[in-house]
Amino acid sequence: MAVIDTSTLLAPEPVIRPREASRRERWQRRLPLLPALIYIVIVTQIPFLVTLWYSFQNYFFDVPGGAHWAGLSNYKSVFTSAAFRSALWHSVIMTVTAVIVAMILGVAFALLLDRKFLGRGVVRTLIITPFLVMPAAAALVWAGPMLDPNFGLLNYLLQPFGVHHVAWLSTHALGSVIVVMIWQWTPFMMLIVLAGLQGQPADVLEAAKVDGAGALATFRELTFPFLRPYIELGILLGSIYLVNVFDQVRLMTNGGPGTATTNLPFYLYEQVNNAFDVGGAAAAGVITVILTIIVATFALRLFARVFQFEGASS
Amino acid sequence: MSALPLRSREPGPQRFRDMSVKVGWGIVAWVVGIAFFLPVLWMVLTAFKPESAAETWPPRFTFSPTLAQFRLVFSGWGPYVTHSLIATVGSTILVLLLGVPAAYALSVHPVKHWRDGLFFFISTKMLPIVAVIGPLYVIALKTHLLDSIWLLIILYTAMNLPLAIWLIRSFMLEVPSELLEASELDGAGRIREMTEVILPVISPGLVSTALICVIFAWNELFLALNLTVTNAATMPMFLISSVPQEGLYIAHLSAAATVASVPVILVGWIAQRSLVRGLSMGAIK
Repeated sequence: MAVIDTSTLLAPEPVIRPREASRRERWQRRLPLLPALIYIVIVTQIPFLVTLWYSFQNYFFDVPGGAHWAGLSNYKSVFTSAAFRSALWHSVIMTVTAVIVAMILGVAFALLLDRKFLGRGVVRTLIITPFLVMPAAAALVWAGPMLDPNFGLLNYLLQPFGVHHVAWLSTHALGSVIVVMIWQWTPFMMLIVLAGLQGQPADVLEAAKVDGAGALATFRELTFPFLRPYIELGILLGSIYLVNVFDQVRLMTNGGPGTATTNLPFYLYEQVNNAFDVGGAAAAGVITVILTIIVATFALRLFARVFQFEGASS
Repeated sequence: MSALPLRSREPGPQRFRDMSVKVGWGIVAWVVGIAFFLPVLWMVLTAFKPESAAETWPPRFTFSPTLAQFRLVFSGWGPYVTHSLIATVGSTILVLLLGVPAAYALSVHPVKHWRDGLFFFISTKMLPIVAVIGPLYVIALKTHLLDSIWLLIILYTAMNLPLAIWLIRSFMLEVPSELLEASELDGAGRIREMTEVILPVISPGLVSTALICVIFAWNELFLALNLTVTNAATMPMFLISSVPQEGLYIAHLSAAATVASVPVILVGWIAQRSLVRGLSMGAIK
Protein backbone atom coordinates (compact mmCIF):
# COMPACT_ATOMS: atom_id res chain seq x y z
CA MET A 1 0.00 0.00 0.00
CA ALA A 2 0.96 3.62 -0.15
CA VAL A 3 3.64 4.52 2.31
CA ILE A 4 6.19 7.26 2.37
CA ASP A 5 9.34 5.47 1.55
CA THR A 6 11.60 5.60 4.52
CA SER A 7 14.21 3.29 3.17
CA THR A 8 15.54 5.28 0.24
CA LEU A 9 17.56 7.69 2.32
CA LEU A 10 17.89 5.83 5.57
CA ALA A 11 19.10 2.58 4.16
CA PRO A 12 22.81 2.10 4.17
CA GLU A 13 24.36 1.37 0.81
CA PRO A 14 22.39 -1.66 -0.35
CA VAL A 15 25.04 -3.82 -1.96
CA ILE A 16 28.17 -2.13 -0.71
CA ARG A 17 31.19 -4.33 -0.13
CA PRO A 18 32.55 -4.44 3.37
CA ARG A 19 36.14 -4.09 2.20
CA GLU A 20 37.62 -0.75 1.22
CA ALA A 21 36.69 0.11 -2.35
CA SER A 22 39.65 0.21 -4.66
CA ARG A 23 40.49 3.19 -6.84
CA ARG A 24 39.21 1.38 -9.90
CA GLU A 25 36.05 0.46 -8.10
CA ARG A 26 35.50 4.07 -7.02
CA TRP A 27 35.72 5.27 -10.60
CA GLN A 28 33.50 2.47 -11.77
CA ARG A 29 30.89 3.73 -9.35
CA ARG A 30 31.38 7.39 -10.22
CA LEU A 31 31.40 7.03 -13.99
CA PRO A 32 27.65 6.48 -14.57
CA LEU A 33 26.88 9.55 -12.47
CA LEU A 34 29.15 11.91 -14.36
CA PRO A 35 27.14 12.56 -17.55
CA ALA A 36 24.04 13.66 -15.64
CA LEU A 37 26.09 15.61 -13.12
CA ILE A 38 28.09 17.46 -15.74
CA TYR A 39 24.96 18.11 -17.77
CA ILE A 40 23.07 19.62 -14.82
CA VAL A 41 26.05 21.68 -13.72
CA ILE A 42 26.48 23.14 -17.20
CA VAL A 43 22.84 23.79 -17.98
CA THR A 44 21.70 25.05 -14.59
CA GLN A 45 24.78 26.55 -12.97
CA ILE A 46 26.43 28.40 -15.84
CA PRO A 47 23.38 30.59 -16.49
CA PHE A 48 23.51 31.56 -12.83
CA LEU A 49 27.15 32.60 -13.11
CA VAL A 50 26.32 34.58 -16.23
CA THR A 51 23.41 36.16 -14.39
CA LEU A 52 25.75 37.18 -11.60
CA TRP A 53 28.06 38.79 -14.14
CA TYR A 54 25.28 40.65 -15.95
CA SER A 55 23.89 41.92 -12.67
CA PHE A 56 26.93 44.21 -12.49
CA GLN A 57 26.59 45.32 -16.12
CA ASN A 58 24.58 47.99 -17.77
CA TYR A 59 23.05 46.16 -20.71
CA PHE A 60 19.92 46.93 -22.69
CA PHE A 61 18.99 44.94 -25.79
CA ASP A 62 17.77 48.04 -27.56
CA VAL A 63 20.80 50.20 -26.81
CA PRO A 64 23.79 49.66 -29.11
CA GLY A 65 27.26 49.26 -27.67
CA GLY A 66 26.72 46.13 -25.61
CA ALA A 67 27.33 45.66 -21.92
CA HIS A 68 29.52 47.82 -19.73
CA TRP A 69 30.42 47.78 -16.06
CA ALA A 70 27.83 49.36 -13.85
CA GLY A 71 28.95 48.46 -10.36
CA LEU A 72 26.13 48.10 -7.91
CA SER A 73 23.74 50.43 -9.69
CA ASN A 74 21.46 47.59 -10.83
CA TYR A 75 21.18 46.35 -7.27
CA LYS A 76 20.52 49.86 -6.04
CA SER A 77 17.64 50.30 -8.47
CA VAL A 78 16.18 46.87 -7.64
CA PHE A 79 16.27 47.56 -3.92
CA THR A 80 14.66 50.95 -4.34
CA SER A 81 12.13 49.69 -6.89
CA ALA A 82 8.60 49.57 -5.55
CA ALA A 83 7.69 47.32 -8.49
CA PHE A 84 10.16 44.64 -7.39
CA ARG A 85 8.98 44.73 -3.79
CA SER A 86 5.36 44.51 -4.87
CA ALA A 87 6.16 41.58 -7.20
CA LEU A 88 7.95 39.82 -4.37
CA TRP A 89 4.98 40.40 -2.09
CA HIS A 90 2.51 39.11 -4.70
CA SER A 91 4.63 36.00 -5.17
CA VAL A 92 4.52 35.32 -1.45
CA ILE A 93 0.75 35.91 -1.18
CA MET A 94 -0.03 33.79 -4.24
CA THR A 95 2.16 30.87 -3.22
CA VAL A 96 1.20 30.79 0.44
CA THR A 97 -2.54 31.21 -0.15
CA ALA A 98 -2.71 28.75 -3.00
CA VAL A 99 -0.65 26.09 -1.23
CA ILE A 100 -2.56 26.35 2.06
CA VAL A 101 -6.05 26.42 0.55
CA ALA A 102 -5.20 23.65 -1.93
CA MET A 103 -3.90 21.55 0.95
CA ILE A 104 -7.00 22.11 3.10
CA LEU A 105 -9.27 21.20 0.18
CA GLY A 106 -6.95 18.32 -0.70
CA VAL A 107 -7.25 16.86 2.78
CA ALA A 108 -11.05 17.30 2.74
CA PHE A 109 -11.41 15.64 -0.67
CA ALA A 110 -9.06 12.86 0.31
CA LEU A 111 -11.19 12.13 3.38
CA LEU A 112 -14.28 12.04 1.14
CA LEU A 113 -12.62 9.68 -1.29
CA ASP A 114 -11.24 7.45 1.43
CA ARG A 115 -14.80 6.25 2.09
CA LYS A 116 -16.39 3.60 -0.06
CA PHE A 117 -19.25 4.80 -2.22
CA LEU A 118 -20.75 4.14 -5.60
CA GLY A 119 -18.53 5.44 -8.40
CA ARG A 120 -15.57 6.32 -6.21
CA GLY A 121 -13.10 5.71 -9.04
CA VAL A 122 -15.02 8.00 -11.36
CA VAL A 123 -15.15 10.82 -8.81
CA ARG A 124 -11.43 10.45 -8.15
CA THR A 125 -10.79 10.70 -11.87
CA LEU A 126 -13.00 13.79 -12.15
CA ILE A 127 -11.17 15.53 -9.32
CA ILE A 128 -7.65 14.86 -10.59
CA THR A 129 -8.47 16.17 -14.07
CA PRO A 130 -7.84 19.89 -13.34
CA PHE A 131 -4.24 19.04 -12.49
CA LEU A 132 -3.79 17.41 -15.89
CA VAL A 133 -5.16 20.33 -17.92
CA MET A 134 -2.36 22.27 -19.59
CA PRO A 135 -1.83 25.35 -17.35
CA ALA A 136 -1.97 27.68 -20.36
CA ALA A 137 -5.28 26.11 -21.42
CA ALA A 138 -6.66 26.33 -17.89
CA ALA A 139 -5.70 30.00 -17.68
CA LEU A 140 -7.31 30.89 -21.01
CA VAL A 141 -10.46 28.87 -20.39
CA TRP A 142 -10.91 30.46 -16.97
CA ALA A 143 -10.23 33.94 -18.34
CA GLY A 144 -12.76 33.51 -21.16
CA PRO A 145 -15.58 30.96 -20.95
CA MET A 146 -15.56 30.80 -17.12
CA LEU A 147 -14.96 34.33 -15.82
CA ASP A 148 -15.98 36.68 -18.63
CA PRO A 149 -18.30 39.38 -17.25
CA ASN A 150 -20.72 39.14 -20.19
CA PHE A 151 -21.02 35.44 -20.92
CA GLY A 152 -18.96 33.63 -18.27
CA LEU A 153 -20.37 30.49 -16.69
CA LEU A 154 -19.41 31.52 -13.16
CA ASN A 155 -21.53 34.68 -13.20
CA TYR A 156 -24.42 32.58 -14.45
CA LEU A 157 -24.04 30.01 -11.69
CA LEU A 158 -23.69 32.70 -9.04
CA GLN A 159 -26.75 34.62 -10.23
CA PRO A 160 -29.01 33.13 -7.52
CA PHE A 161 -26.58 34.55 -4.96
CA GLY A 162 -26.97 38.10 -6.20
CA VAL A 163 -23.89 38.20 -8.43
CA HIS A 164 -24.48 40.14 -11.63
CA HIS A 165 -21.92 40.36 -14.42
CA VAL A 166 -18.90 40.77 -12.21
CA ALA A 167 -15.72 41.47 -14.17
CA TRP A 168 -13.67 39.12 -12.01
CA LEU A 169 -10.36 39.76 -13.73
CA SER A 170 -10.59 43.53 -13.22
CA THR A 171 -12.15 43.68 -9.78
CA HIS A 172 -10.74 40.53 -8.16
CA ALA A 173 -7.68 39.88 -10.30
CA LEU A 174 -5.35 38.48 -7.67
CA GLY A 175 -8.12 36.34 -6.18
CA SER A 176 -9.07 34.98 -9.62
CA VAL A 177 -5.51 33.97 -10.42
CA ILE A 178 -5.16 32.31 -7.02
CA VAL A 179 -8.46 30.46 -7.52
CA VAL A 180 -7.16 28.94 -10.74
CA MET A 181 -3.91 27.96 -9.04
CA ILE A 182 -5.93 26.31 -6.26
CA TRP A 183 -8.18 24.58 -8.77
CA GLN A 184 -5.16 23.07 -10.51
CA TRP A 185 -3.19 22.07 -7.41
CA THR A 186 -5.89 20.72 -5.08
CA PRO A 187 -5.88 17.40 -6.98
CA PHE A 188 -2.12 17.13 -6.47
CA MET A 189 -2.49 17.64 -2.71
CA MET A 190 -5.44 15.25 -2.65
CA LEU A 191 -3.50 12.48 -4.38
CA ILE A 192 -0.65 12.71 -1.90
CA VAL A 193 -2.90 12.87 1.16
CA LEU A 194 -5.10 10.07 -0.18
CA ALA A 195 -2.05 7.88 -0.58
CA GLY A 196 -1.28 8.60 3.07
CA LEU A 197 -4.81 7.81 4.21
CA GLN A 198 -4.80 4.51 2.43
CA GLY A 199 -1.55 3.56 4.09
CA GLN A 200 -3.06 4.17 7.49
CA PRO A 201 -3.20 0.89 9.40
CA ALA A 202 -6.82 -0.24 9.65
CA ASP A 203 -6.42 -1.98 13.00
CA VAL A 204 -5.57 1.25 14.83
CA LEU A 205 -8.69 2.94 13.43
CA GLU A 206 -10.73 -0.13 14.35
CA ALA A 207 -9.41 0.01 17.89
CA ALA A 208 -10.34 3.69 18.15
CA LYS A 209 -13.84 2.85 16.97
CA VAL A 210 -14.20 0.10 19.55
CA ASP A 211 -13.02 2.53 22.22
CA GLY A 212 -15.89 4.77 21.18
CA ALA A 213 -13.79 7.59 19.76
CA GLY A 214 -15.79 10.01 17.59
CA ALA A 215 -14.81 10.63 14.00
CA LEU A 216 -13.48 14.09 14.80
CA ALA A 217 -11.36 12.87 17.68
CA THR A 218 -10.07 9.98 15.59
CA PHE A 219 -9.03 12.43 12.89
CA ARG A 220 -7.33 14.81 15.28
CA GLU A 221 -5.55 12.24 17.40
CA LEU A 222 -4.73 9.50 14.90
CA THR A 223 -5.24 10.39 11.27
CA PHE A 224 -3.78 13.87 11.25
CA PRO A 225 -0.49 12.97 12.99
CA PHE A 226 -0.17 10.04 10.62
CA LEU A 227 -0.79 12.29 7.62
CA ARG A 228 1.66 14.96 8.70
CA PRO A 229 4.64 13.85 6.63
CA TYR A 230 2.39 13.54 3.59
CA ILE A 231 1.02 17.03 4.18
CA GLU A 232 4.53 18.41 4.57
CA LEU A 233 5.63 16.69 1.39
CA GLY A 234 2.64 18.09 -0.51
CA ILE A 235 3.26 21.62 0.76
CA LEU A 236 6.93 21.42 -0.09
CA LEU A 237 6.49 20.10 -3.63
CA GLY A 238 3.49 22.36 -4.26
CA SER A 239 5.50 25.42 -3.22
CA ILE A 240 8.39 24.52 -5.52
CA TYR A 241 6.04 24.59 -8.50
CA LEU A 242 3.65 27.35 -7.43
CA VAL A 243 6.29 29.94 -6.62
CA ASN A 244 7.20 29.83 -10.32
CA VAL A 245 3.64 30.36 -11.54
CA PHE A 246 3.72 32.33 -14.75
CA ASP A 247 1.17 30.97 -17.24
CA GLN A 248 -1.90 32.03 -15.26
CA VAL A 249 -0.56 35.52 -14.63
CA ARG A 250 0.54 36.08 -18.20
CA LEU A 251 -2.63 34.70 -19.78
CA MET A 252 -5.35 35.74 -17.36
CA THR A 253 -4.40 39.24 -16.29
CA ASN A 254 -1.05 40.02 -17.95
CA GLY A 255 0.14 41.10 -14.52
CA GLY A 256 -2.62 43.65 -14.15
CA PRO A 257 -4.72 45.55 -13.72
CA GLY A 258 -1.78 47.86 -13.21
CA THR A 259 0.61 45.58 -11.37
CA ALA A 260 -2.03 43.97 -9.15
CA THR A 261 -1.05 40.42 -10.16
CA THR A 262 2.58 40.92 -11.17
CA ASN A 263 4.56 38.27 -9.34
CA LEU A 264 8.32 37.73 -9.58
CA PRO A 265 8.30 35.48 -12.66
CA PHE A 266 6.11 37.94 -14.54
CA TYR A 267 8.17 40.92 -13.33
CA LEU A 268 11.37 39.33 -14.63
CA TYR A 269 9.66 38.43 -17.89
CA GLU A 270 8.63 42.06 -18.34
CA GLN A 271 12.11 43.34 -17.51
CA VAL A 272 13.56 41.28 -20.32
CA ASN A 273 10.77 41.41 -22.88
CA ASN A 274 9.45 44.95 -22.51
CA ALA A 275 12.16 46.94 -20.78
CA PHE A 276 15.02 45.00 -22.50
CA ASP A 277 16.87 45.50 -19.23
CA VAL A 278 19.15 42.46 -18.96
CA GLY A 279 21.27 44.00 -16.20
CA GLY A 280 18.29 44.96 -14.08
CA ALA A 281 16.61 41.60 -14.61
CA ALA A 282 19.86 39.86 -13.70
CA ALA A 283 20.20 41.81 -10.45
CA ALA A 284 16.57 41.07 -9.58
CA GLY A 285 17.27 37.45 -10.50
CA VAL A 286 20.30 37.25 -8.22
CA ILE A 287 18.27 38.63 -5.34
CA THR A 288 15.50 36.16 -6.14
CA VAL A 289 18.02 33.32 -6.09
CA ILE A 290 19.46 34.44 -2.76
CA LEU A 291 15.97 34.59 -1.25
CA THR A 292 15.22 31.17 -2.73
CA ILE A 293 18.39 29.70 -1.28
CA ILE A 294 17.38 30.92 2.17
CA VAL A 295 13.95 29.35 1.83
CA ALA A 296 15.31 26.23 0.11
CA THR A 297 17.77 25.58 2.92
CA PHE A 298 14.84 25.15 5.24
CA ALA A 299 12.94 23.26 2.57
CA LEU A 300 15.81 20.83 2.00
CA ARG A 301 16.07 20.17 5.71
CA LEU A 302 12.35 19.48 5.78
CA PHE A 303 12.81 17.28 2.74
CA ALA A 304 15.44 15.19 4.45
CA ARG A 305 13.19 14.85 7.47
CA VAL A 306 10.10 13.95 5.47
CA PHE A 307 11.90 11.35 3.44
CA GLN A 308 13.37 9.79 6.53
CA PHE A 309 10.12 9.80 8.42
CA GLU A 310 9.15 6.49 9.86
CA GLY A 311 5.38 5.98 9.96
CA ALA A 312 3.70 6.97 13.19
CA SER A 313 2.24 3.51 13.38
CA SER A 314 5.45 1.56 13.47
CA MET B 1 -16.82 14.25 9.12
CA SER B 2 -19.74 12.72 10.94
CA ALA B 3 -19.37 12.93 14.67
CA LEU B 4 -21.96 10.27 15.29
CA PRO B 5 -21.44 8.38 18.52
CA LEU B 6 -21.19 4.69 17.87
CA ARG B 7 -23.96 2.58 19.32
CA SER B 8 -23.31 -0.63 17.53
CA ARG B 9 -25.65 -2.69 19.72
CA GLU B 10 -28.79 -1.13 18.32
CA PRO B 11 -29.43 -3.16 15.20
CA GLY B 12 -32.27 -1.92 12.98
CA PRO B 13 -32.55 1.88 12.90
CA GLN B 14 -28.85 2.33 13.62
CA ARG B 15 -27.88 0.34 10.56
CA PHE B 16 -30.29 2.41 8.52
CA ARG B 17 -28.69 5.59 9.84
CA ASP B 18 -25.19 4.31 9.08
CA MET B 19 -26.34 3.48 5.62
CA SER B 20 -27.82 6.90 4.98
CA VAL B 21 -24.72 8.65 6.33
CA LYS B 22 -22.68 6.59 3.92
CA VAL B 23 -24.91 7.48 0.99
CA GLY B 24 -24.94 11.11 2.10
CA TRP B 25 -21.16 11.42 2.03
CA GLY B 26 -21.13 9.63 -1.31
CA ILE B 27 -23.44 12.28 -2.72
CA VAL B 28 -21.25 15.05 -1.28
CA ALA B 29 -18.24 13.47 -2.98
CA TRP B 30 -20.06 13.33 -6.30
CA VAL B 31 -21.12 16.97 -6.02
CA VAL B 32 -17.54 18.02 -5.26
CA GLY B 33 -16.19 15.91 -8.11
CA ILE B 34 -18.61 17.34 -10.65
CA ALA B 35 -18.03 20.91 -9.42
CA PHE B 36 -14.30 20.46 -9.83
CA PHE B 37 -14.68 18.94 -13.25
CA LEU B 38 -17.15 21.59 -14.43
CA PRO B 39 -14.62 24.00 -16.00
CA VAL B 40 -13.14 21.11 -18.01
CA LEU B 41 -16.61 20.02 -19.08
CA TRP B 42 -17.45 23.60 -20.03
CA MET B 43 -14.25 23.85 -22.07
CA VAL B 44 -15.09 20.69 -24.03
CA LEU B 45 -18.73 21.72 -24.45
CA THR B 46 -17.79 25.18 -25.70
CA ALA B 47 -15.39 23.63 -28.19
CA PHE B 48 -18.36 22.04 -29.99
CA LYS B 49 -20.32 25.29 -30.23
CA PRO B 50 -20.54 27.55 -33.22
CA GLU B 51 -18.82 30.83 -32.38
CA SER B 52 -22.16 32.63 -32.18
CA ALA B 53 -23.42 30.28 -29.45
CA ALA B 54 -20.31 30.56 -27.31
CA GLU B 55 -20.65 34.16 -26.20
CA THR B 56 -24.29 34.41 -25.19
CA TRP B 57 -26.13 35.47 -22.08
CA PRO B 58 -27.38 33.36 -20.51
CA PRO B 59 -24.78 30.73 -21.44
CA ARG B 60 -26.27 28.06 -23.71
CA PHE B 61 -26.30 24.43 -22.73
CA THR B 62 -28.15 23.20 -25.79
CA PHE B 63 -26.96 23.93 -29.30
CA SER B 64 -26.34 22.07 -32.51
CA PRO B 65 -22.79 20.76 -32.10
CA THR B 66 -20.27 21.49 -34.80
CA LEU B 67 -16.76 20.28 -35.55
CA ALA B 68 -15.90 23.54 -37.29
CA GLN B 69 -13.66 24.77 -34.46
CA PHE B 70 -11.72 21.51 -34.39
CA ARG B 71 -11.24 21.67 -38.15
CA LEU B 72 -9.86 25.15 -37.72
CA VAL B 73 -7.52 23.96 -34.96
CA PHE B 74 -6.23 21.02 -36.99
CA SER B 75 -5.59 23.24 -39.98
CA GLY B 76 -3.33 25.53 -37.97
CA TRP B 77 -1.62 23.43 -35.33
CA GLY B 78 0.87 21.61 -37.62
CA PRO B 79 4.16 23.34 -36.75
CA TYR B 80 3.25 23.83 -33.11
CA VAL B 81 2.36 20.22 -32.41
CA THR B 82 5.45 19.04 -34.29
CA HIS B 83 7.70 21.24 -32.16
CA SER B 84 5.94 20.14 -28.98
CA LEU B 85 6.30 16.47 -29.91
CA ILE B 86 9.99 16.83 -30.76
CA ALA B 87 10.78 18.82 -27.61
CA THR B 88 8.77 16.47 -25.39
CA VAL B 89 9.95 13.16 -26.83
CA GLY B 90 13.52 14.38 -27.35
CA SER B 91 13.94 15.70 -23.83
CA THR B 92 12.31 12.62 -22.30
CA ILE B 93 14.68 10.28 -24.14
CA LEU B 94 17.65 12.38 -23.07
CA VAL B 95 16.39 12.39 -19.47
CA LEU B 96 16.21 8.60 -19.45
CA LEU B 97 19.65 8.21 -21.08
CA LEU B 98 21.25 10.45 -18.46
CA GLY B 99 18.99 9.55 -15.57
CA VAL B 100 19.22 5.75 -15.58
CA PRO B 101 23.02 5.58 -15.14
CA ALA B 102 22.94 8.41 -12.59
CA ALA B 103 20.22 6.73 -10.57
CA TYR B 104 22.27 3.50 -10.73
CA ALA B 105 25.32 5.31 -9.35
CA LEU B 106 23.18 6.63 -6.50
CA SER B 107 21.52 3.35 -5.57
CA VAL B 108 22.79 -0.05 -6.69
CA HIS B 109 26.53 0.58 -6.45
CA PRO B 110 26.39 3.98 -4.84
CA VAL B 111 29.18 6.53 -4.96
CA LYS B 112 30.56 7.66 -1.63
CA HIS B 113 28.61 10.92 -1.38
CA TRP B 114 25.38 9.66 -2.90
CA ARG B 115 23.27 11.59 -0.42
CA ASP B 116 24.94 14.89 -1.36
CA GLY B 117 24.47 14.00 -5.00
CA LEU B 118 20.77 13.43 -4.55
CA PHE B 119 20.31 16.70 -2.75
CA PHE B 120 22.38 18.59 -5.29
CA PHE B 121 20.09 17.41 -8.07
CA ILE B 122 16.94 18.32 -6.19
CA SER B 123 18.31 21.69 -5.13
CA THR B 124 18.61 22.72 -8.79
CA LYS B 125 14.86 22.16 -9.01
CA MET B 126 14.34 24.76 -6.31
CA LEU B 127 16.34 27.50 -8.02
CA PRO B 128 13.85 29.51 -10.03
CA ILE B 129 14.58 29.35 -13.73
CA VAL B 130 12.78 32.67 -14.08
CA ALA B 131 15.67 34.37 -12.31
CA VAL B 132 18.09 33.63 -15.16
CA ILE B 133 15.80 34.22 -18.09
CA GLY B 134 17.52 37.40 -19.31
CA PRO B 135 21.04 35.97 -19.39
CA LEU B 136 19.63 32.70 -20.72
CA TYR B 137 18.26 34.68 -23.62
CA VAL B 138 21.67 36.26 -24.23
CA ILE B 139 23.44 32.88 -24.00
CA ALA B 140 20.94 31.36 -26.44
CA LEU B 141 21.44 34.30 -28.78
CA LYS B 142 25.23 33.99 -28.75
CA THR B 143 25.22 30.21 -29.19
CA HIS B 144 22.71 30.55 -32.05
CA LEU B 145 20.24 28.37 -30.18
CA LEU B 146 17.57 31.04 -29.89
CA ASP B 147 14.26 29.95 -31.39
CA SER B 148 15.57 26.43 -32.01
CA ILE B 149 14.00 23.19 -30.91
CA TRP B 150 17.38 22.03 -29.57
CA LEU B 151 17.31 24.75 -26.96
CA LEU B 152 13.97 23.51 -25.63
CA ILE B 153 15.20 19.91 -25.61
CA ILE B 154 18.30 20.93 -23.64
CA LEU B 155 16.36 23.00 -21.10
CA TYR B 156 13.46 20.57 -20.64
CA THR B 157 16.00 17.81 -20.01
CA ALA B 158 17.60 19.87 -17.25
CA MET B 159 14.16 20.67 -15.89
CA ASN B 160 13.06 17.02 -15.62
CA LEU B 161 16.34 15.24 -14.90
CA PRO B 162 16.45 15.79 -11.10
CA LEU B 163 12.93 14.47 -10.68
CA ALA B 164 13.67 11.50 -12.94
CA ILE B 165 16.84 10.58 -11.06
CA TRP B 166 15.00 10.51 -7.73
CA LEU B 167 12.18 8.52 -9.24
CA ILE B 168 14.28 5.97 -11.13
CA ARG B 169 16.44 5.52 -8.06
CA SER B 170 13.38 4.63 -6.00
CA PHE B 171 12.55 1.91 -8.53
CA MET B 172 16.12 0.59 -8.59
CA LEU B 173 16.15 0.21 -4.82
CA GLU B 174 13.27 -2.22 -5.25
CA VAL B 175 15.26 -4.60 -7.41
CA PRO B 176 15.70 -7.68 -5.18
CA SER B 177 19.29 -7.90 -4.01
CA GLU B 178 19.27 -11.69 -4.61
CA LEU B 179 18.90 -10.99 -8.32
CA LEU B 180 21.87 -8.61 -8.25
CA GLU B 181 23.99 -11.05 -6.28
CA ALA B 182 23.08 -13.92 -8.58
CA SER B 183 24.14 -11.96 -11.63
CA GLU B 184 27.40 -11.06 -9.92
CA LEU B 185 28.06 -14.71 -9.11
CA ASP B 186 27.45 -15.46 -12.77
CA GLY B 187 30.35 -13.15 -13.45
CA ALA B 188 28.21 -10.55 -15.14
CA GLY B 189 29.82 -7.11 -15.39
CA ARG B 190 28.14 -3.87 -14.52
CA ILE B 191 26.76 -3.39 -18.00
CA ARG B 192 25.21 -6.85 -18.18
CA GLU B 193 23.85 -6.38 -14.68
CA MET B 194 22.14 -3.24 -15.93
CA THR B 195 20.76 -4.62 -19.19
CA GLU B 196 19.85 -8.12 -18.03
CA VAL B 197 18.78 -7.65 -14.42
CA ILE B 198 17.92 -4.07 -13.58
CA LEU B 199 16.34 -2.70 -16.74
CA PRO B 200 13.79 -5.52 -17.15
CA VAL B 201 12.72 -5.17 -13.53
CA ILE B 202 12.37 -1.39 -13.53
CA SER B 203 10.90 -0.98 -17.01
CA PRO B 204 7.37 -0.22 -15.70
CA GLY B 205 9.00 2.38 -13.47
CA LEU B 206 10.78 3.88 -16.46
CA VAL B 207 7.45 4.16 -18.24
CA SER B 208 5.91 6.13 -15.39
CA THR B 209 9.04 8.29 -15.15
CA ALA B 210 8.73 9.03 -18.85
CA LEU B 211 5.06 9.92 -18.41
CA ILE B 212 5.81 12.49 -15.73
CA CYS B 213 8.55 14.03 -17.89
CA VAL B 214 6.19 14.12 -20.88
CA ILE B 215 3.52 15.92 -18.85
CA PHE B 216 5.87 18.64 -17.63
CA ALA B 217 7.58 19.16 -20.98
CA TRP B 218 4.33 19.21 -22.95
CA ASN B 219 2.77 21.80 -20.65
CA GLU B 220 5.80 24.11 -20.35
CA LEU B 221 5.20 27.71 -21.42
CA PHE B 222 7.62 30.13 -19.73
CA LEU B 223 10.81 29.03 -21.49
CA ALA B 224 9.10 28.47 -24.82
CA LEU B 225 7.49 31.90 -24.73
CA ASN B 226 10.73 33.66 -23.85
CA LEU B 227 13.15 31.79 -26.05
CA THR B 228 11.23 30.82 -29.17
CA VAL B 229 9.30 32.72 -31.79
CA THR B 230 8.30 30.65 -34.78
CA ASN B 231 10.85 27.91 -35.44
CA ALA B 232 10.22 26.16 -32.16
CA ALA B 233 6.89 27.54 -30.91
CA THR B 234 5.03 24.86 -28.94
CA MET B 235 1.41 23.94 -28.18
CA PRO B 236 0.92 26.37 -25.27
CA MET B 237 1.95 29.13 -27.68
CA PHE B 238 -0.54 27.81 -30.20
CA LEU B 239 -3.20 28.45 -27.57
CA ILE B 240 -2.06 32.03 -27.22
CA SER B 241 -2.13 32.47 -30.97
CA SER B 242 -5.76 31.29 -31.01
CA VAL B 243 -6.76 34.42 -29.09
CA PRO B 244 -7.06 37.10 -31.77
CA GLN B 245 -7.04 40.84 -31.22
CA GLU B 246 -10.66 41.17 -32.27
CA GLY B 247 -13.71 39.13 -33.23
CA LEU B 248 -15.33 36.12 -31.61
CA TYR B 249 -12.88 33.42 -30.55
CA ILE B 250 -14.17 31.68 -27.43
CA ALA B 251 -15.29 28.48 -29.19
CA HIS B 252 -12.10 28.29 -31.21
CA LEU B 253 -10.01 28.87 -28.10
CA SER B 254 -11.91 26.14 -26.25
CA ALA B 255 -11.31 23.68 -29.08
CA ALA B 256 -7.59 24.50 -29.12
CA ALA B 257 -7.41 24.18 -25.33
CA THR B 258 -9.21 20.84 -25.49
CA VAL B 259 -6.90 19.48 -28.16
CA ALA B 260 -3.82 20.68 -26.28
CA SER B 261 -4.95 19.19 -22.97
CA VAL B 262 -6.45 15.88 -24.06
CA PRO B 263 -3.18 13.93 -24.49
CA VAL B 264 -2.00 14.66 -20.95
CA ILE B 265 -5.47 14.15 -19.47
CA LEU B 266 -5.72 10.70 -21.07
CA VAL B 267 -2.22 9.74 -19.99
CA GLY B 268 -2.97 10.91 -16.45
CA TRP B 269 -6.28 9.05 -16.28
CA ILE B 270 -4.68 5.81 -17.42
CA ALA B 271 -1.63 6.12 -15.18
CA GLN B 272 -3.29 7.44 -11.99
CA ARG B 273 -1.30 5.16 -9.75
CA SER B 274 2.11 5.97 -11.10
CA LEU B 275 1.12 9.64 -11.13
CA VAL B 276 1.23 9.77 -7.33
CA ARG B 277 4.58 8.08 -7.16
CA GLY B 278 6.00 10.25 -9.91
CA LEU B 279 4.77 13.52 -8.49
CA SER B 280 6.16 12.69 -5.08
CA MET B 281 9.48 11.82 -6.73
CA GLY B 282 9.26 8.24 -5.56
CA ALA B 283 8.53 9.08 -1.91
CA ILE B 284 5.07 7.54 -2.06
CA LYS B 285 4.83 4.00 -3.34
